[in-house]
Amino acid sequence: MKTLLDKLWDAHVVLTRDDGAALLWVDRHYVHEGSHHAFGRLAARGLSVAEPALTIGVADHYVPTRRAGGIADPDIARMVQTLSDNAATHGFRLFGLNDPRQGIVHVTGPEQGLTLPGMLVVCGDSHTATHGALGAWAFGIGATDVAHVLATQTIWQKKPRRMRLNFTGKAAPGVGAKDMALHWISKLGADGARGHAIEYAGPAVRALSVEGRLTLCNLSIEGGARTGMVAPDETLLAWLRKRPHAPAEFDRAAEAWLALATDAGAEFDAEHGFDMAEVAPVVTWGTSPDEALPITATVPDPAHAPADKAALIREALDYMGLRPGQRLSDVAVDQVFIGSCTNARIEDLRAAAAVLAGRRAKVPGMVSAGSMPIKRQAEAEGLDRIFIDAGLEWVDAGCSMCVGMNGDRVAPGMRCASSTNRNFRGRQGPGARTHLMSPAMVAAAAVTGHLADVRALLEGRA
Amino acid sequence: MSGWSLHTGLGVGLSRENVDTDQLIPARFMSAPRAQGYGKFLLHDLRGPDFPLDDPAATGASVLVAGRNFGGGSSREAAVYALLDAGFRVVIAPSFGDIFAANAVNNALLPARADTAALLAAMPADVTIDLSAQTIRAGDLILSFDIDPVAKTRLINGWDDIDVTASYRQEIADFAAIARTRTPWVWQTANRGEAPKPGRDL
Repeated sequence: MKTLLDKLWDAHVVLTRDDGAALLWVDRHYVHEGSHHAFGRLAARGLSVAEPALTIGVADHYVPTRRAGGIADPDIARMVQTLSDNAATHGFRLFGLNDPRQGIVHVTGPEQGLTLPGMLVVCGDSHTATHGALGAWAFGIGATDVAHVLATQTIWQKKPRRMRLNFTGKAAPGVGAKDMALHWISKLGADGARGHAIEYAGPAVRALSVEGRLTLCNLSIEGGARTGMVAPDETLLAWLRKRPHAPAEFDRAAEAWLALATDAGAEFDAEHGFDMAEVAPVVTWGTSPDEALPITATVPDPAHAPADKAALIREALDYMGLRPGQRLSDVAVDQVFIGSCTNARIEDLRAAAAVLAGRRAKVPGMVSAGSMPIKRQAEAEGLDRIFIDAGLEWVDAGCSMCVGMNGDRVAPGMRCASSTNRNFRGRQGPGARTHLMSPAMVAAAAVTGHLADVRALLEGRA
Repeated sequence: MSGWSLHTGLGVGLSRENVDTDQLIPARFMSAPRAQGYGKFLLHDLRGPDFPLDDPAATGASVLVAGRNFGGGSSREAAVYALLDAGFRVVIAPSFGDIFAANAVNNALLPARADTAALLAAMPADVTIDLSAQTIRAGDLILSFDIDPVAKTRLINGWDDIDVTASYRQEIADFAAIARTRTPWVWQTANRGEAPKPGRDL
């Protein structure tokens, strides 16, 4: 009896050394313009890309989200050009800045159907676990390992421990995958799943759309996990059939994919259960993704915390400019951001638009679709008008204000309600104060000007 | 990369948990070529008169002692480059982010897992790390540390993974040949039957 991870592991082991390290075959290797260190290593050794057909380039981390004037920053222009040059030199597929299918790598890969169930997927980006929503085994790697995969199409790994997170019950209106993720991370900690591959399971995971599963898997790293995955099912197959690169012999593949599901009675190294009745819309209050609470809660008081935690909480509140005991729903925000590989898919934009429709944002903000196809679809559905009429800026696809590499930043001391994945100090810019939440909750913060319970704003809607 | 098994150097304490890779090197510095040196970017936004690494007594430190969950977050190897370029060879912490630890070993930086409460109190001080024996010594304080055995062997031998893997070229080719028949769709990446044009904006 095997788990999903066991089956994926077994299917990719080329060989296992006596010391337990296994050499694994890589089915998909996504690279981006930030992968320049790895290509530099490759060039320094005079090596070429072993399997260009399995290598896919996407320009996302540094690209401008306002494209009209091209790339103003010479450093960024050079990096994007270097990626194009490497794609041409080594002959791999590129979704570059001018490609109508360009987007954030973890949005574009699944959206194009280039990631498929059963694959081992790597990328020089820690949010690669996103692809696990498709029943793939996907994880982020650093530049040395990127160079190794480029040169050999393999990677050395030790098998992660197996953890299953079971979500039972039914999500209440206004509660979604982002809340499920921040909920478990707040319970288990930012390193609670360290060394583990997570399988998300249970009725509430089965009930999620593929978009929701992508969000859930995306945040696996924020709980320290090496990867996160959901077993393939009919929901996934229906979604995959519509992808541009879905395989020609879909039914044969689908049979193999469904057989990947964890066998009944298979054992995990760790298991945790979560009841959806206890999951409310969640926001982060601190500088680590596990510092999260339901929007109905108050800011933690270090005076009531254990001594070893008190200092951490005090530091976080000091950076975030919050008072102990303050109601989270009283925290005023300066701006909002909807975007990132976590929450910028079409369902995310619809959820935010459902809150914003007919309302005005009290603070400025930006909406960056996860890919250019999503941007066009949103425009076809009229969502762009809702965002623009609410007073928000509607921009092109990229990592944007999630990581601030392209210059889309939150100014020092400013507070941003953000649909992104990291509330680390300085993540959105030096001194930026980030509160993570779902796109619907970001919309709620936009129209009220403070952190707010989206459920009240959804009454009589949706 | 070259192997090593014994290191003695000045240790400095950073008594914080969750020192994530965004703190180790803020994203805005990562477009710089490595040749420029990344040491000046290390923990850039935390620097100031009270910061332990800015203490004159910590000048020349090569061993960093820190709190739980060091290097969590982003996969940026630049976090390791910043530590190396600032002169560090060893980080000691109760736990590390998995990707950071892998990146560290790939660059001959030791991520040594140990309870650091007593060590932190003793810093700054000279520290000796014996990788073979898995021990840390700082004055009278002696403790053992954990390291993945595969990582330990690599650090001591200084193996380059690409060279090691090249010796398995035939096994890889055999595996790929079988995989092509078992999961042919992995190689069928053309858009609706059209062959991809390599390296172009398709």
